[in-house]
Amino acid sequence: MDLHTLSISALQTRLRSGETTPSAALEALESRIASVDPKVGGYLSRNLLRARQEAAAADVSLPLGGIPIAIKDVINVQGDPCTAASKILQGYTASYNATVIQKLRAAGAIPFGRLNMDEFAMGSSTENSALQRTSNPWDLTRIPGGSSGGSAAVVAADEAFASLGSDTGGSIRQPAALCGCVGLKPTYGRVSRFGLMAFASSLDQIGPFTKTVEDSARLLNVLAGKDPMDSTSLEAPTEDYTRLLGRDLKGIKLGMPKEYFIEGIDPQVDATVRAAIRHFEALGAEIVEVSLPHTQYAVAVYYIIATAEASANLARYDGVRYGHRAEDLRNIQDLYIRSRSEGFGEEVKRRIILGTYVLSSGYYDAYYLRAQKVRTLIRQDFEAAFKKVDALICPTSPEVAFKIGDRSGDPLKMYLADIFTIATNLAGNCGISLPCGFAQMEGSRLPVGLQLLGDSLQEAKLLQIAHAYESSTPWHKERPVL
Amino acid sequence: MSADFDVRHTAHLARLELSEAEAAKFQSQLSQILSYVEQLKEVDVSGVDPTAQTAHTVNVFRQDAEREWFTSEQALANAPRQANHLFIVPKVIE
Repeated sequence: MDLHTLSISALQTRLRSGETTPSAALEALESRIASVDPKVGGYLSRNLLRARQEAAAADVSLPLGGIPIAIKDVINVQGDPCTAASKILQGYTASYNATVIQKLRAAGAIPFGRLNMDEFAMGSSTENSALQRTSNPWDLTRIPGGSSGGSAAVVAADEAFASLGSDTGGSIRQPAALCGCVGLKPTYGRVSRFGLMAFASSLDQIGPFTKTVEDSARLLNVLAGKDPMDSTSLEAPTEDYTRLLGRDLKGIKLGMPKEYFIEGIDPQVDATVRAAIRHFEALGAEIVEVSLPHTQYAVAVYYIIATAEASANLARYDGVRYGHRAEDLRNIQDLYIRSRSEGFGEEVKRRIILGTYVLSSGYYDAYYLRAQKVRTLIRQDFEAAFKKVDALICPTSPEVAFKIGDRSGDPLKMYLADIFTIATNLAGNCGISLPCGFAQMEGSRLPVGLQLLGDSLQEAKLLQIAHAYESSTPWHKERPVL
Repeated sequence: MSADFDVRHTAHLARLELSEAEAAKFQSQLSQILSYVEQLKEVDVSGVDPTAQTAHTVNVFRQDAEREWFTSEQALANAPRQANHLFIVPKVIE
């Protein structure tokens, strides 16, 4: 039996019945990785020895007992490398565990493997990794999306049962859509960010990549909750996120934001998502059109706020306490400038400079403060929409995975790939992407993602709606041939 | 507004040094991005409060109490240069 192909719930059934063991599951996974990862390139490293010890000692009665979970290289696992796919952190070993890692371990899971990403989570294609190229498992000449490209690719390629990623402007949902798996961005503050290397602190959120919606709910059950180490984590009590799974959609109202069905969307993506919407109608959901009038400003607001926050957060990489330090230094100023200039990649420098500019004296009000005010209007758009509907339904990305190298050299075009995901982060709401079909592109069959957006803390309902679709469609069962 | 964007000056504020090629490329790419974000000027934001975060938190306080954390060995484990439980840097005061 091909253990590596199983979902978490299917694997767990076999672990608890004694049909297989955590050690056998880990070895099946490792052998799958050895055979396909040379092509996919999702993993940066793996600590197999430690994982074997943890598997041998695993308690399968725990919520995720004995299940390996792969981790984006921006979340600290004590003793593992943690580089954010940047040269500036090459050789860095995490000194402590992120809260999500403590929670995974407490639930019996085995954090296993470091996953490639765009450097410091800045990008939409994983091409900005300073360390490695990751390919889309459905077509190795195409990008897996980003910034959590490794997290999506390894789940889609059955090289992980599930993984963790982070989403600042779509970095979980967009790669999940492009690789054909389930990616959940929880409400801002629902999951602790302690131990996640900061990119844009008011937008970053950790979430799971899984093969099924049920697995997503089960992981959120483990990850969610207030953390004294993250003062922005929410006090609101957690709930059993699986509790609404299996309920039908009678009485559920879904809103189609008219600004998300615009010219410029790939026609096959548009047709596939519209077919999914008709399917929801057949399942009993009511579909209504809604408007989010400030949508067109979301990308501009995002690239001011996210870069401003990044310029402050990345000031800590100064060559003094950790990370790359330049050689033959004349003085302390030289140490800062040369260590940073040698260590950071091109996109990271570009964003630090942009963020520094919008915060600099004389420009703060015109750019940063104005962007924060438009952010309020974007948030209010969502508040008004969620008074009318239970969730919003739209494409995750306006296109399918593009060819490696197609967008490099045009940052603005790359930024516009995030138009349907970015506003959710600005508003702080939750969203999920799940497979809803395929597009035929130059001889390749490429996944299309459906995005459902929920109001703040409405994850249980969002997962219910996603689950109803998934259980009545075949898309999540499709696997790339590798 | 973006007409007076000087990539080298801004890079220096962020303690970054750019090669000639990088400076030319970033100057043009970032000017393009800055003209794209100019569209925010057309939005009427009069009377709108800024949103800095969405967690609706107010000041968060905790007890100023000791707790277990890194040992100095752990804190120095990733240091590029260290000695005597200290980070070593080039001379700061001449």
